[in-house]
Amino acid sequence: MVVAILVWLAAWALFTGRVFRSGVLFIAFGLTMAIAWVRLGAPDIALAEAAIGAGVIGVSILHAAVQMADRERREQRARPDGPPVEARTTVPPRWSRLRGRTLASLVAAGALGGILVGAVWRLPEAPAGLGPLVDARLSESGASHPVTAVLLNFRAYDTWLEIGVLLLTALAALAVRRETDLRTAIRSAGGDPLVASFTGQAVPVVILTGVLLLSVGTFGPGGAFQAGAMLGALGVLLYLAGHRAVTAIPGTTLRLWLMLGIVAFLIAAVAPLPAGDPLLRIPSGRATATILAIEVAVTASIALTLALLFVTAIPPRDPPMPPGRSDRA
Amino acid sequence: MSAFAFYAATGVVLFALGLFRLVTATHLLRNVIALNVMGAGIFLFLVAIAYRNGPDRPDPVPHAMVLTGIVVAVSVTALALALVRRLHRETGRTSLAGEHDDTSPDPDAGADAR
Amino acid sequence: MRDASALVLLVAGAAFVGAGTVGLFRFPDVLSRLHALAKADNLGFGLIVAGLVVRADSPATAVKLVLIWLLVLLASTTSAYLIAHRALHRDGGA
Repeated sequence: MVVAILVWLAAWALFTGRVFRSGVLFIAFGLTMAIAWVRLGAPDIALAEAAIGAGVIGVSILHAAVQMADRERREQRARPDGPPVEARTTVPPRWSRLRGRTLASLVAAGALGGILVGAVWRLPEAPAGLGPLVDARLSESGASHPVTAVLLNFRAYDTWLEIGVLLLTALAALAVRRETDLRTAIRSAGGDPLVASFTGQAVPVVILTGVLLLSVGTFGPGGAFQAGAMLGALGVLLYLAGHRAVTAIPGTTLRLWLMLGIVAFLIAAVAPLPAGDPLLRIPSGRATATILAIEVAVTASIALTLALLFVTAIPPRDPPMPPGRSDRA
Repeated sequence: MSAFAFYAATGVVLFALGLFRLVTATHLLRNVIALNVMGAGIFLFLVAIAYRNGPDRPDPVPHAMVLTGIVVAVSVTALALALVRRLHRETGRTSLAGEHDDTSPDPDAGADAR
Repeated sequence: MRDASALVLLVAGAAFVGAGTVGLFRFPDVLSRLHALAKADNLGFGLIVAGLVVRADSPATAVKLVLIWLLVLLASTTSAYLIAHRALHRDGGA
């Protein structure tokens, strides 16, 4: 049943007429995915999906859609003799070219889907997978939760490189900005009292939850990614509420903070070398402490990366509609 | 059909739908959403396979991979959105050059008839 | 007995949420839809949480559920206010 809702939501989101509605449906889709993850026995993924898959991505998309529409409306009002927004953006498509492309993509989608199905069709019956392998060495890994053990010990390389990818996207997002000074991204939210009180009450709760998720990750669902996602969302919340928390971080600190995750892994990787051990070999004696230390650094980096990605996407000099004066450009 | 088959099939369907939409839609925000739906389909597929291997204790390695995948998808999507915004800011377009502009992403274009 | 009362609470909660969703589709404009959602959904959610608390297997879980309920109340209030605020001023100024 969950499956049917998923497909229906996705189809609706993909093929609906208005982009804003598409974004909202995408958020609903993400939350339904979280339920699907729980049904498939993957609570870690459910936590991450709910926080960032539905939360941060959905909000970013909606924000982009609304800001772009606001800007267009403002520009149109500033140039009343210019072409109206509708005429500029609804050039009728050349149907012949569109039809060919539609057909081609139908074929491609069907073919790729067929390949996926074929790959599964011939799987052997009830294979064991890697689960038993993980369980066999779980006690030496430093975490009693299998997913955390896999992420931070057995497949630590993958996680290390993934942090690298995150760092790359953060740097790229910073580079795409035309204004290099982050402080220009400060919004004037108008000091709305309800938002201020909500933020004031939500911030401590979110911080607590983030720390809880991080520390619980050793024993159960949770860990660095979920905690980083929560704290990153906190940064986004603070920014949207008009707080200077994210934008006021000085440049050097910003860069050092972003690099914390990678550097932690680097230290853990290089440390065994003098003793003749291979790269990134985590000693089973101090595995828990090592993993936890890496997780703390990774959480900090992920949180700042996510918040920064959201903030840098927003062009400055675009104040939100001040209350009561929505036609003053 | 088993639970695994349901979820795996859904993953494939989502992937195919997203791919189709990715190619046919010109509005960049729609492309971003389509890309994410494709990713979600693949993740679902992977986790369904993990579930098949052990319904009581699912294989944790695909779970870790999907977790990684979600985080990477989020940051890449955010970067894509930054690029889209910059493009819109510089040129006022919401699609790539050479493609017809899709309808403007206006949330309340006129009064809502419903 | 516990399961029966939990079932009643859960079904009632689901019914209220469903009513709110019907309101979402049928009401003509943003403010009335917000009204339907804010009232019906919050009540429905509260009933669902109550049903889950009745079935909770430990006091700690029950407390966590109540905390979740409070947080959702807080968040939905703020977002309803923000949506209404923006809708009001956009229509007022356009």
